[in-house]
Amino acid sequence: MDTQSLTYLFVGLTFALYIAIAIWSRAVTTSDFYIAGKGVNPVANGMATAADWMSAASFISMAGLIAFLGKDGSVYLMGWTGGYVLLALLLAPYLRKFGQYTVPDFIGTRYYSNAARLVAVICLIFVSFTYVAGQMRGVGIVFSRFLEVDINVGVIVGMCIVFFYAVLGGMKGITYTQVAQYCVLIFAYLVPAIFISILMTGNPIPQLGFGDTLVNSSTYLLDKLDQVTTDLGFTPYTENTKSRIDIFCITAALMFGTAGLPHVIVRFFTVPKVSDARKSAGYALIFIAILYSTAPAVSAFARMNFIDSVQETQYKIAPNWFKNWENIGLIAWKDKNEDGLIQYSAGNALEGVKPNFTNEKGLSGERLTVNDPDMSNDNEVYIDRDIMVLANPEIASLPGWVVALVAAGALAAALSTAAGLLLVISASISHDVLKKTFMPQITEKQELFYARCSAAVAIFIAGLFGIYPPGFVAQVVAFAFGLAAATIFPALVMGIFYKRLNKEGAIAGMISGLVITSAYIINFKFINAQLNSSENWFLGISPEGFGFIGMLLNFCIAISVSFFYARPPENVSLMVDQIREP
Amino acid sequence: MRKNYWRSNLKILSILLSLWFLVSFGFGILFSDFLDSFKIGGFKLGFWFAQQGSIYFFVILIFIYVYLMNRLDKKYEDNKGQDNTQ
Repeated sequence: MDTQSLTYLFVGLTFALYIAIAIWSRAVTTSDFYIAGKGVNPVANGMATAADWMSAASFISMAGLIAFLGKDGSVYLMGWTGGYVLLALLLAPYLRKFGQYTVPDFIGTRYYSNAARLVAVICLIFVSFTYVAGQMRGVGIVFSRFLEVDINVGVIVGMCIVFFYAVLGGMKGITYTQVAQYCVLIFAYLVPAIFISILMTGNPIPQLGFGDTLVNSSTYLLDKLDQVTTDLGFTPYTENTKSRIDIFCITAALMFGTAGLPHVIVRFFTVPKVSDARKSAGYALIFIAILYSTAPAVSAFARMNFIDSVQETQYKIAPNWFKNWENIGLIAWKDKNEDGLIQYSAGNALEGVKPNFTNEKGLSGERLTVNDPDMSNDNEVYIDRDIMVLANPEIASLPGWVVALVAAGALAAALSTAAGLLLVISASISHDVLKKTFMPQITEKQELFYARCSAAVAIFIAGLFGIYPPGFVAQVVAFAFGLAAATIFPALVMGIFYKRLNKEGAIAGMISGLVITSAYIINFKFINAQLNSSENWFLGISPEGFGFIGMLLNFCIAISVSFFYARPPENVSLMVDQIREP
Repeated sequence: MRKNYWRSNLKILSILLSLWFLVSFGFGILFSDFLDSFKIGGFKLGFWFAQQGSIYFFVILIFIYVYLMNRLDKKYEDNKGQDNTQ
């Protein structure tokens, strides 16, 4: 069978599996729908959390980003795993002990205020939709490249699948589907990584392989990579280009942001006991670490392979993958010196960075762009970082079934995360906004109905994001983490560890974190995008890392404001004592 | 009793979080360049901590926490049982 039929087969089989699981695990009560009836085994919950957490960004984009960032890429590796330590130690057990359905629920009860609850809902919806938009782009890329269908058709198929199991199954359906999706995605990630590791270093374990010597040589892979990148005018692969304070702040913002992401936190509400919540966080991190420790190896292999296979190659005989990705516009080649050979080096190939294609072909048959070449350097290749993981098996000429597997894995990653996000959005609307704030008289059955309706509406909006992708997806990812770090995380941590904090303090803290972080990011990403460089940043901290500063500010303001108002009432104090007990 | 439990809990947290800070922000970022002067296999040590080691340590830290807290919970439960019989 050719690669495309195999891809159809794998994607079709996995989709059928997800639907079968959804039918088997339908939600009957609101508790089923929001938190799977608190009956999920901690290991299964760990897998579900891992699938929930590892999105299209982790699966598709991260290794590609690291491949081009080198050591700077470690901000993602540490940032997106270190947050789990905070989650396990500071939040998960206590929030599970609290025993309610949603994150705003905790904030509303602990700060005895529906205003605090609504501020939390707003932050939650903003963070979650930002994230969903990214997943839909992932689904679109996979469908258009591997199944050669229209992106819109792909998004609609994806939405129908998610609609089916999220609306029908709620948290229960999502949990067991995510367990299956984790297995698919981790298998799909590891198989090509192991293959490539063996091909390049002879070591079957990618985590060790990328610190090993190259096949038939005594040179270490990373030394070779340092040398090659230096020769081409880049910073050596294993050295930082960003400033230390910026790396520190970005890592911190991603860590605290991870610990504050509602769709991750809510997963710990689904296990039977408090001790299970702790254990479950540990398992989740093991399952995540399997992918996250493989990713930097994949990055190093991909960078090396990419350079090896295109550098000084004649375009006419360039490998197929190069032309395939050029066809969908994620690779471009501009023959600056008109020698018909591909030269790759540091710098932008084109003015305005991203290619804007015309319908004409150049002398060697390459697609021409409207953009003029950027003549300040010799680089002739534009490559979108998002394609590295997807293109990697083809670059290393692995068999067709591996390519098909990667496509199925990428879809599993995107769909599992999208479903988890849609569920927290719908739960916060039906439970926090309707039941707890505006329509307290509705019955459980009605609440379940509203939960399903809001899930359906959320899916529809997410689908629109996929079909009309906002151009700002990449920019707003910084936003999602920054806001989670600056608003939700401090409110939760102080709610548990600082009894004196009252509602005035908490609300002032959340709002100041929200305002300052948004203002900084919007200023540098949208209003004054041309000023977005280190000399203009506050203390040299990029917008990606500013959530950390927003968080510190939140802590300071919340604590100071608290002293000007009365202590929290007695029953709240008792509640905090209770969640602190085992 | 409850106060003791909470105090032991905070002690465990502060020790583990210091280690968490040390392996990630310490070894992976602040002292990373210094550690890069050592090598294990093909890895510079600082680079290894930034891209591999910190992740492994995170997993280990959570399981140490699980172990210590389960022990603490058990001690607390046992004591509570004794209080009731007195």
